[in-house]
Amino acid sequence: MFQVHVRTRINGDDTEFSCEADETLLDALRDRLGLTGAKEGCGTGDCGACSVLVDGRLVCACLMLGAEAEGCDIETVEGMADGSKLHPLQQKFLDHAALQCGVCTPGFLVAAKSLLERNDNPTEEEVRYWLAGNLCRCTGYDKIVRAVLDTAADMRKASKPKPAKAKKASAKGRVSA
Amino acid sequence: MEYFAPASTKEAVKLLGTAKGKVHVMAGGTDLLVRMKGGYTEPDAIVDIKRIAALRKIVRAGKGWRIGAAVSAAEMGEDKALKKAWPGVVEAANLIGSTQVQGRATIAGNLCNASPAADSVPAMAAVGAKAVIAGAKGTRKVAVEKLVKGPGKTTLKKSEFVESIELPEKKKRMGDAYLRFIPRTEMDIAVVGVGICLTLDAKGKCMAARVALGAVGPTVIISAKAAKALVGTTVDDAALDALARACAAEAKPIDDKRGTKEFRKHIAGVLARRAAIIARDRAKENS
Ligand SMILES: Cc1cc2nc3c(=O)[nH]c(=O)nc-3n(C[C@H](O)[C@H](O)[C@H](O)COP(=O)(O)OP(=O)(O)OC[C@H]3O[C@@H](n4cnc5c(N)ncnc54)[C@H](O)[C@@H]3O)c2cc1C
Ligand code: FES
Ligand code: FES
Repeated sequence: MFQVHVRTRINGDDTEFSCEADETLLDALRDRLGLTGAKEGCGTGDCGACSVLVDGRLVCACLMLGAEAEGCDIETVEGMADGSKLHPLQQKFLDHAALQCGVCTPGFLVAAKSLLERNDNPTEEEVRYWLAGNLCRCTGYDKIVRAVLDTAADMRKASKPKPAKAKKASAKGRVSA
Repeated sequence: MEYFAPASTKEAVKLLGTAKGKVHVMAGGTDLLVRMKGGYTEPDAIVDIKRIAALRKIVRAGKGWRIGAAVSAAEMGEDKALKKAWPGVVEAANLIGSTQVQGRATIAGNLCNASPAADSVPAMAAVGAKAVIAGAKGTRKVAVEKLVKGPGKTTLKKSEFVESIELPEKKKRMGDAYLRFIPRTEMDIAVVGVGICLTLDAKGKCMAARVALGAVGPTVIISAKAAKALVGTTVDDAALDALARACAAEAKPIDDKRGTKEFRKHIAGVLARRAAIIARDRAKENS
């Protein structure tokens, strides 16, 4: 088997790895780099548990070769929190109990982050369609969808210039910003 | 297995011609990697065409369009001008899989994978799309429906690959649409798919039509009878009924767990009717 040497940026850090030519990006992330956040639910593009961003585009890491990552900018769930400070989506998933076993959660978080970067005011239908490639066998989806919509609402509030009645707006018990 | 990521079409053609054993072109990889994982194919080499800059672009070709073979369905959906010109084709591409799959999947890959249920193929065939094929002797063009021989089989020769898909000029009073039936709302394989493109005259009469049926035969079916049911009419109820009957008659589906023959034939008619209405209304808006 041919080994390929790959230079990428992962969560902002220049990273190099060697992998086999037919090895998926998911296997390279998990087995070579120890980034086990992305999960293998199916390995065939159906479940979204392996979702990562490649050059800003949401993809299944199981449907991409490690070799294809050469020169790419990759974001995984490990890059979402800022140290011990959770990303707003992560916090909202906790607040809404949007996870049980947690296997699908990294994929949902990465996919939802990519949606909110493109659209900070999605409808429920838009959220459901965007996340249709992420399967969850535990939660029944509702809590996940609500967590995403709630995060979007908070992010919109936070990005608006503070109105005169700023005190009232911020009194709404936001756990994180 | 060896992995190649050539930077030019010329280099890709050379690699395809000289690489030993089983060689696969890879665009989005959303079919290829699944087939490799399942053990259905074991390539000795993969030629990834995504590093060929020219194939990553959507450009105007004369008054028509050229969609590079490495352009993802998501990128097609983000091209406002393309979407305005050929909404049926773009909507069909945007039905492929999930957001994640959309980020990688290409319409050239959808075509070359040669699945009878490929969503973008009836939509492309309806508007008269052509595949631009690069090979050792230069390029040639074929109608997309001529590229597929049967399930999983294309007419491409060893050193050939599809470089781009060309869509024709969108003329006045033309409209296109694609609809499919699946048991779920997302992430499923078409039980039937129908692509329709029609042109109206200044008085709203249909001058020309093309009707393409997917998933009801080994390859896409271009139905002249279905088109005839529309031409010369105002695409009124009587014409739509005739269209539905023609599509049901022309469909040659198989029975399987996803639908019986009778059901698929019926649905071909129902979808054709609905797609024709959308195409007609789009043609009117575009007058
Ligand atoms: C979860 C999931 C859901 C899906 N849902 C749908 C769906 O709803 N509808 C649908 O139609 N499909 C669906 N698909 C199938 C697949 O995503 C599409 O067929 C897609 O368009 C394939 O494009 P690709 O660029 O990824 O092809 P690839 O996987 O790169 O290639 C497919 C085949 O075509 C060959 N090939 C690719 N590009 C070229 C080229 N330019 N020239 C010559 N040969 C080439 C390859 O060698 C390979 O044999 C789904 C797949 C997955 C994993
Ligand atoms: S593991 Fe990649 S989609 Fe399921
Ligand atoms: S929380 Fe268990 S699969 Fe989603």
